[in-house]
Amino acid sequence: MNELINEFTTMFSFENVRWDAVWEATYETIYMTAIATAFTFIFGIVLGIILFLASKSEVKASKPIYGITAFLVNLFRAIPFIILIILLIPFTKVLMGTIMGPNGAIPALIIGSAPFYARLVEIGLKEIDKGVIEAAESMGADTWTIIWKVLLPESMPALISGITVTAIMLVGSTAIAGVIGAGGLGNLAYMVGFTRNQSDVTLVATIVILVIVFIIQIAGDFFSKTVDKR
Amino acid sequence: MIDIRNVTKIFKTKSADIQAVDDVSMNVSQGEIFGVIGYSGAGKSTLIRLFNGLEMPSSGDVVIGEDVISSMSKPALRKKRQKVSMIFQHFNLLWSRTVAENISFPLEIAGVPKKERQKKVKELVELVGLSGREDNYPSQLSGGQKQRVGIARALSNEPKVLLCDEATSALDPETTDEVLDLLVKIRDEMNLTIVLITHEMHVIRKICDRAAVMENGRVVETGPVLKLFQNPEHSVTKRFVKDDINDEETALSFDEVRELFPTSKILKFGFVGSQSKAPIVSQVVKKYDLDLNILSGNIKRTNNESYGHLFVAIDVDDGTLQRLKAELADHDVTVEVEDQ
Repeated sequence: MNELINEFTTMFSFENVRWDAVWEATYETIYMTAIATAFTFIFGIVLGIILFLASKSEVKASKPIYGITAFLVNLFRAIPFIILIILLIPFTKVLMGTIMGPNGAIPALIIGSAPFYARLVEIGLKEIDKGVIEAAESMGADTWTIIWKVLLPESMPALISGITVTAIMLVGSTAIAGVIGAGGLGNLAYMVGFTRNQSDVTLVATIVILVIVFIIQIAGDFFSKTVDKR
Repeated sequence: MIDIRNVTKIFKTKSADIQAVDDVSMNVSQGEIFGVIGYSGAGKSTLIRLFNGLEMPSSGDVVIGEDVISSMSKPALRKKRQKVSMIFQHFNLLWSRTVAENISFPLEIAGVPKKERQKKVKELVELVGLSGREDNYPSQLSGGQKQRVGIARALSNEPKVLLCDEATSALDPETTDEVLDLLVKIRDEMNLTIVLITHEMHVIRKICDRAAVMENGRVVETGPVLKLFQNPEHSVTKRFVKDDINDEETALSFDEVRELFPTSKILKFGFVGSQSKAPIVSQVVKKYDLDLNILSGNIKRTNNESYGHLFVAIDVDDGTLQRLKAELADHDVTVEVEDQ
């Protein structure tokens, strides 16, 4: 019992916390999350649109396109993130010139989350009223116009709430990446909090991550609501 | 203006081929309002989608103006669709755009510069009576207002043909009449050709010049609207006409009359046009000194003529009945004896 109380006392004493290190780790986490979210948003939407258009198109080529895209999406979604990082090390080295630090984690973060977001995009696009797409076709709109002026605006609330969920998942992934040297709050909690047995540092890292997640959620809900005129 | 020649549409599904449209031919002249009526599943929605190439026929030709829709290239077809526009049962407005932006959408597709778009949108908003609502989103409008936006949107590229896919089926009766009046108004102002499909006979009666009746993918009867109402030939047409006039309650009261006055005959007088407004029956009744018991009567307006009928019970012998019939026939009033 006394041991437990001692543990809690250290945890809430914050005596081991070096705030400059916390700030740096926070910055790294936000940096990784922001860059990865931005690229996931773009790649996910492109993949999601390909999945959506290929699944409903009557053109012959669409079936294999859908098959290949769906296969790749499912494949990368199925690989556990920690293994994906290791698997991608040679690729990351060529692309980013390093496998350490925040930049070393970004390719794996994007490749891990874009397929997930692509599926959310596909679901969002499927919820668009088919009549509206038909109406655009009846006005003589081509596929590009339909993508830009119908599919994207009409699914925007779903695209935003989807990227919110994905960004929060990415915060978690940066922490996993941190354990194997990507920096950020996960790295801080592991390298300092765990290996040096300084549980107050772990607690601070946790609280900062929670704050980041809450801010993302609140911002996502706000924007999703603002664009929704239904 | 529109010429449909032996058009058939077959949907291939895994289990079976479904013949949605079966050897349909029809033509619609410039400036005409042409109705297609049928119960759901009759193939009318598929048929109207053949007009603008949203569906392609399995065989046969769809010709609009100079162009054979069924054999146009995709870019040419997209261009053509700007002149063959469509309105829908559920309006199909973009919820993410305001009224003005929705109306401007086809103009954006056609590549009209922004200044001109704004000018055109302003005109159209006024034409359909939505001034002041330009910046509202569709979710802030009533059904009738949404359909007005749909109509304005369909008119923005100054089409030659307007296709109406059950355009009033989601509206209440009063709003339906407003939208129908608007359709007639734009037909007159813009010299449009309108093709509308519906399952509501009063829509046909109110605004159409001619109509076709569909059943199981086939057109079973085509003709001027007044003729369809007065003299329906096919059983489906008869059912639609009957639904519109709503005779069922009258039929019930006939039985009571027969019980009370076993000797009297129940007659149905039919009128068209100006006869329905002249006192012919009254004159004839006076002449033969008959007593008649009026059971029910009805006058309906089509877009160019009214027609009606009157059910009466008269105690009359067969000889007088023949003379009565002949006299009324001279005035273009038909007489039918209702079966016991």
